[in-house]
Amino acid sequence: MRRDVFQAIADPTRRAIITLLALQAMTPHALAEHFDSTRQAISKHIKVLTECEVVTQKQTGRENYYHLNLKAMKEIDIWLERFRKMWEDSFNQLDDVLKDL
Amino acid sequence: MTNNFEFEADMAAKKIHVSREFNATIDKVWKAFTDANVLEKWVAPKPWTAVTRVMDFTVGGIWLYAMVSPAGQKHWVYAEFTAIENGNAFSSIGRICDGEGNPVPDGPKSYRNTKFSAIDCDRTKVEMVISFEEESTIKWFVEGGFKEGTAMTMNQLDELLASEYVQ
Repeated sequence: MRRDVFQAIADPTRRAIITLLALQAMTPHALAEHFDSTRQAISKHIKVLTECEVVTQKQTGRENYYHLNLKAMKEIDIWLERFRKMWEDSFNQLDDVLKDL
Repeated sequence: MTNNFEFEADMAAKKIHVSREFNATIDKVWKAFTDANVLEKWVAPKPWTAVTRVMDFTVGGIWLYAMVSPAGQKHWVYAEFTAIENGNAFSSIGRICDGEGNPVPDGPKSYRNTKFSAIDCDRTKVEMVISFEEESTIKWFVEGGFKEGTAMTMNQLDELLASEYVQ
C-alpha cells in the first residue's frame, strides 16, 4: 500500500512526533524520551513517517538525527488553500445566479 | 451581508467541512445544486466553464459533466447520487472519468454529503462534508482540474518552497 501524508498524521503518536520535530531535529534517543511507549514502538512510527516522506534521517557527526520534511507538510496547505479558494469562488458566483432564479 | 463561509479540514480523518449561507430561499438553493442548467452557471470557477452531458438526479443516477479550461480542454467528472432526501440533503460520489462516463481506473474518489437548511425564512445554509480515500485525490481534484490559468505551476511552487526551507 502506498504511503501518503495522510497516513503520517492519522495516528496521535505520529502527530506528536511531527509536532516535536517541527521544533528541532532530534536523535532517536531524545525523541523516545518524550514518550511512554517503547523505543521500538517509536521507531516503528518513524519508519512509517519516513515512508510517507514526512521525516528524513541525517547523520551529523556520530549521531543520527530525525528531521521533519516541512515541504511535505506545506504541500498539504497549498492543496487545501486551492481547494478552499475554488469553493469560495464558485459560491460567490452562485450568489449572482440565485439573484436571477 | 455576511455569508459565513467556512472551510475546515480534518486532515487526520481526510475530511473537509464546507459551509456557506445564501441570500435565497431553500427551494432556490436546492434547485441551484440539483438542476444541471443552473449548476453549469456557477460550479466552475471562472475562467473555467462547466458543460453537462448527462444529468439524472435520482438515486443511482449520475451527473456527467466536463470542466472546460480557457483553452477548451475538457476534464470529465461525474457525480453518482447515492442518497436523496428531497429538498433537504443528498449524497454523491465524485469520480474522474472519460467523456463516456467511464471512471479512470484506480482513479480517485471523493464522497460528499450536502445538507440544506432554512434560516429566517428567506435565507439558506448549505453544509457539505467531503471525504477522500487518499491524499492523491485532493491532488487530482485541485491540480489536475485547475492547474491551467493559475498564476503559478506546482513546479514553480516546489522551487519556491525548496528555497524557503533549505537548511
